[in-house]
Amino acid sequence: MPSLEQLESTYTQAAAELSKITSGDALEAWERRYLGKKGEITLALRSVGQIAPEERAAFGKRANEIKNALGAAYSEREEAIRQHELAQTLEEGEIDVTLPGRTIPTGGLHPTTQTLRKIYNIWAEMGFQVYRSRDVEDDETNFTLLNIPPHHPARDMWDTFHTTTPGVILRTHTSPGQVRAMHEYGENGTQPIRVILPGMCYRYEQISARSEIQFNQVEGLAVGRNIRLTDLKGTISAFARRMFGPDKRVRFRGSYFPFTEPSMEVDVECVLCGGHGCPMCKYTGWLEIAGCGMVHPVVLENGGYDPREWSGFAFGMGPERMTILLHGIPDIRYFWANDLRFLEQF
Amino acid sequence: MKVPISWLRDYVDIHLSVEELAERLTLAGLEVGSIRYIGIPQGEPPEGMVIPPSDHLVWDREKLVLGAIREVRAHPNADRLVLALVDYGGSELEQCVTGAPNLFEYKDQGPLDPPLLAPFAHEGAEVIDGHAEGGARMILEERKLRGIPNRSMVCSEKELGISDDHEGILLLDWDTFHPFAPGTPLQDVLGDAVLDIDILPNVARAYSIVGVAREVAALTGEKLRLPSFEVQMDGDPIEGRAAIEIREPELNPRFCAALIQDIEIRPSPQWMQHRLRLAGMRPINNVVDATNYVMLELGQPLHAFDYDILVERAGGNPPTIITRLPQPGEKLTTLDGVEHDLEAFNLLVADTAGGLSIAGVMGGLESEVQDAFAEPLEAMGIPLADNDDPETLPHGKASVRRPSTENVLLEAANWEFINVRRTMQSQKMNSEAGIRFSRGVHPSLALTGLLRCAEVMRQISGGRVAQGVLDVYPLPAETVRVELPYHEIDRLLGFTIPRAEIVRILRALEFEVEEVGDVLHVTAPDTRVDIGTGLTGQADLVEEIARIYGYDRIPNTVIADMLPPQRNNTSLEREERARDALVKAGLREIVTYRLTTPEREALLTPAGQKSDWPDAPYVTLANPISADKSVMRHTLLAGLLEVAAANARHTTRQRLFEIGNIYLPQNGQPLPDEPVHLGILLTGPRDVPGWQGQPDTGVMDFFDLKGVIEALLGDLRIEGKVRFEPTEHSSFHPGRVAQLKIGRRTVGVLGEVHPLVRQAYGFGLDLARPILAAELDLAALTADIQTLRDIAAVPAQPGIYQDIALVVDADVPAAEVHRVILEAGGDQLESATLFDVYQGDPIPAGKKSLAYALIYRAPDRTLTDKEVAKTHEKIARAAQKRLGATLRA
Repeated sequence: MPSLEQLESTYTQAAAELSKITSGDALEAWERRYLGKKGEITLALRSVGQIAPEERAAFGKRANEIKNALGAAYSEREEAIRQHELAQTLEEGEIDVTLPGRTIPTGGLHPTTQTLRKIYNIWAEMGFQVYRSRDVEDDETNFTLLNIPPHHPARDMWDTFHTTTPGVILRTHTSPGQVRAMHEYGENGTQPIRVILPGMCYRYEQISARSEIQFNQVEGLAVGRNIRLTDLKGTISAFARRMFGPDKRVRFRGSYFPFTEPSMEVDVECVLCGGHGCPMCKYTGWLEIAGCGMVHPVVLENGGYDPREWSGFAFGMGPERMTILLHGIPDIRYFWANDLRFLEQF
Repeated sequence: MKVPISWLRDYVDIHLSVEELAERLTLAGLEVGSIRYIGIPQGEPPEGMVIPPSDHLVWDREKLVLGAIREVRAHPNADRLVLALVDYGGSELEQCVTGAPNLFEYKDQGPLDPPLLAPFAHEGAEVIDGHAEGGARMILEERKLRGIPNRSMVCSEKELGISDDHEGILLLDWDTFHPFAPGTPLQDVLGDAVLDIDILPNVARAYSIVGVAREVAALTGEKLRLPSFEVQMDGDPIEGRAAIEIREPELNPRFCAALIQDIEIRPSPQWMQHRLRLAGMRPINNVVDATNYVMLELGQPLHAFDYDILVERAGGNPPTIITRLPQPGEKLTTLDGVEHDLEAFNLLVADTAGGLSIAGVMGGLESEVQDAFAEPLEAMGIPLADNDDPETLPHGKASVRRPSTENVLLEAANWEFINVRRTMQSQKMNSEAGIRFSRGVHPSLALTGLLRCAEVMRQISGGRVAQGVLDVYPLPAETVRVELPYHEIDRLLGFTIPRAEIVRILRALEFEVEEVGDVLHVTAPDTRVDIGTGLTGQADLVEEIARIYGYDRIPNTVIADMLPPQRNNTSLEREERARDALVKAGLREIVTYRLTTPEREALLTPAGQKSDWPDAPYVTLANPISADKSVMRHTLLAGLLEVAAANARHTTRQRLFEIGNIYLPQNGQPLPDEPVHLGILLTGPRDVPGWQGQPDTGVMDFFDLKGVIEALLGDLRIEGKVRFEPTEHSSFHPGRVAQLKIGRRTVGVLGEVHPLVRQAYGFGLDLARPILAAELDLAALTADIQTLRDIAAVPAQPGIYQDIALVVDADVPAAEVHRVILEAGGDQLESATLFDVYQGDPIPAGKKSLAYALIYRAPDRTLTDKEVAKTHEKIARAAQKRLGATLRA
């Protein structure tokens, strides 16, 4: 037979217990004991029918009050405990953020490929597309059609690998592609051309820190009815500044290639010392980056163009050399040695 | 070529600093590689430029001065020392103790008049230590030499940093240097700078001091002063005393000769020796030096024959010089002692008795100028061998030594340049003369060079020049004339250089220019062999104009010409896509030598087995530079294995690829096929170990490689049916190798490298760590790439996930099981993913269990459990029927 006194006593006890609870588990047990389906307060409320009718209203009212009060206190406590637990988690959850992360093994492109792509992109924006030709060339295309007749002293400029097939050599430069591109794209000397010609070249040289028997070259060729020396200077300068830095000075000096005339070498201000002189630029302040010139009339003719109506410019540059200059690489042999400790730096 | 500024000033006034001059020459195409300073300080760099620092000895203006030795006395206590009394411009004479052998002849001769001029160093001067190697410096201090106090010094060339000559002190000739008073700073007397100019093949005309002076004159607007070509000829006429016969005018357009009689072979004067040394040649004797001096001065190589030997060879008659091709089997020993087997095109200078020299390249041993006191090895600029043991000197036998030459027949000829170059190459010879002739010397220089040299030789040898010269000139050079319209210059340059400036530039380079309306009629000077005719001639002249005008003064423009048709490069794009796909899959690109050897590639096939690599011949080098690079490769795999083996010394985990050409000669074609291949190599642990412990301790196996290739295929969006078929290949582990096929094309091979092959590449037989490799043909791989592909909608209906485990015979290929499941599952089955392969208890022997995760889904509705159960059952039945599979309990 429930009584009001008993109810009050349960209330006091429940309130007292609640105030001491600090953990979620205890709180849950408390909730089951007093407010759950079979909790004491719930049962008390459910037993209101057994109360004498005259006391019933007062008992019911009070029991409801107590239930609400305990319910509110419970919610308050629950919130407090949650806050406390969160605070504790945040406090204790420290990790050593200086431990290394889990390694994700990544791949990567060879430095030459990266430089080639950079070169392709810059020239593509100026309307030059990639044209590729063969590594194993005939002497005629590699030399004779480029205005370098057999036994001409200019041939001394290229130390050549000959093959056991007479007249077949490993190309010494990508310039033979000029003649091939003129024939393929020029439509018998009626269409203008703007191409770059990347590819592996070969020279009979002792391999050393500074010279390789195998290296990439990127040749460029523009042929049109109105291609001028000033265009050549402007275009190469634009390229050099995009490749090496917008504020770099570029200079042109006289040179000689049998397939261009006038011929020039292109120097860019040293990327390492800013032109003040350092071992990389051999204390000249300049780095040689390309050879260039106006396409020789004989070469235009060999490509099917009438040199009185058409003109062109051509240039050649070395991606490995550019990579060396941009990254201060001490030894060109690194490129084909493929030591992963070198490659993984790119 | 080494160009002393002091020598250059003989022919042109120079108002620029040495550094500015070097810069101007460099920009005009005569690249100054380095500047060697003699005694003078380095100048300021030109505006905006830098110059390499130089650590040469700078002569102190106070302490290193011109001295005049007034008397040479004996040293009281030493026979090998003398006392030189030097007037250094002070109030008293200074006494120097010296062991210079070239002062001994003046010992105890009393006062010398004129005195001997020599560099004089005061106490405290910095000089090079004459007795040390490597140019060590020293400060002159007072010390006693055999009891006589000494605080100053008369100097050798070595002590001044001029050359390595320390045989005696540098005695300056009175005639040249007497205008300088004793005490004049040495810098003002001998200070100099030497430009080292890289002469390109088309500026052969500048292979001489006068040639460079001509360029300087054009660049600076100064006048060129040529040396005198007057000769004092007071000997007997040359007529009838020698004859010339040219049999190959095409190869020998001109031959001139002069006779100098009664010469005395002796060292040439100090000024000439000094200039030769600065220019990089070693003085020999006055006759040889005169030929070298004039070659350096004018660019015309000359050769001096001992006339009396020629007469002797002609049986006492006047000799006839014959230029001709050799007879079969003919040999000639050149003055460097090398015997040459002559080739049919090696032109000779000969006489009736036989060959005298290889035309334009090197003189023969027999007819060279005789010097009873020295071995003139360097008559044509051949450096002396270091070894001075007379036994090993090529022509050091005392028995063949003759008395000194008294009469010289001087040759100045012209030779066709390409034949000279071929001859030098075929005989593996090099000489200063050959370098010049092989780049082209104008025939007009033969006569002027001859006259100049005859006079120089007369002056320094005490001889008399016979009256007249022999000049046979069967093939006179044609005068080169070019018509150059002004508008043609504008068209090629893209901007206008003032007409007056164009004319000035051409005239400064000694072109004759006549303006006819808007066209320039230009005649090339007879110093130049590099100016063509017609369009080439126009281009040659435009280059001269632009070069001298200055490339840096030419403006920059953007191309105004029409943009040509733009084209994609599909093969390159596909290559680059494959590269990106493989990098995405965690592979590292390598680029290897395309040159290898058949032996290196033969390692790909275990000994005694038949190779499955292309049975094609190799592109083979005729002149390989090293034994390990003699042919163009047939495969990428060999290179990958070599690189991996090198890296294996420090790296266990490698995931490599290369994309590049291989070279397959084609029957009947001179040029080979150059297909692009793609090679892959994997080896080592699958995961990189970390501090958390290794999540997967496994090593990469066949399926890692296959995963990479599947990722590649997916990335490339290959269209067509892809199959991995079991195959056999000599380089791969039997049973662990597959052929990749797309549609009907065989793309390549992938698998585990054969244990014997990996061993051959130095990996050892660690079979727990397989090496996986693939070699694919890129064109076959990428022949059918989808450029456009419809993208499937993201599913809106829920999928139903169920597993199925089938037990089949162990030799049933998984691909077959997968195919049966997909076919039976029909439209409702979205995918079946293999997640477990199991053999062993409780699966019966000879069987395996394959477990698949299935996703059922219909695009338009939610499938019911009943529908799924029905399909699932259908799959199990099909597997049972077609593969004999049972459901795993």
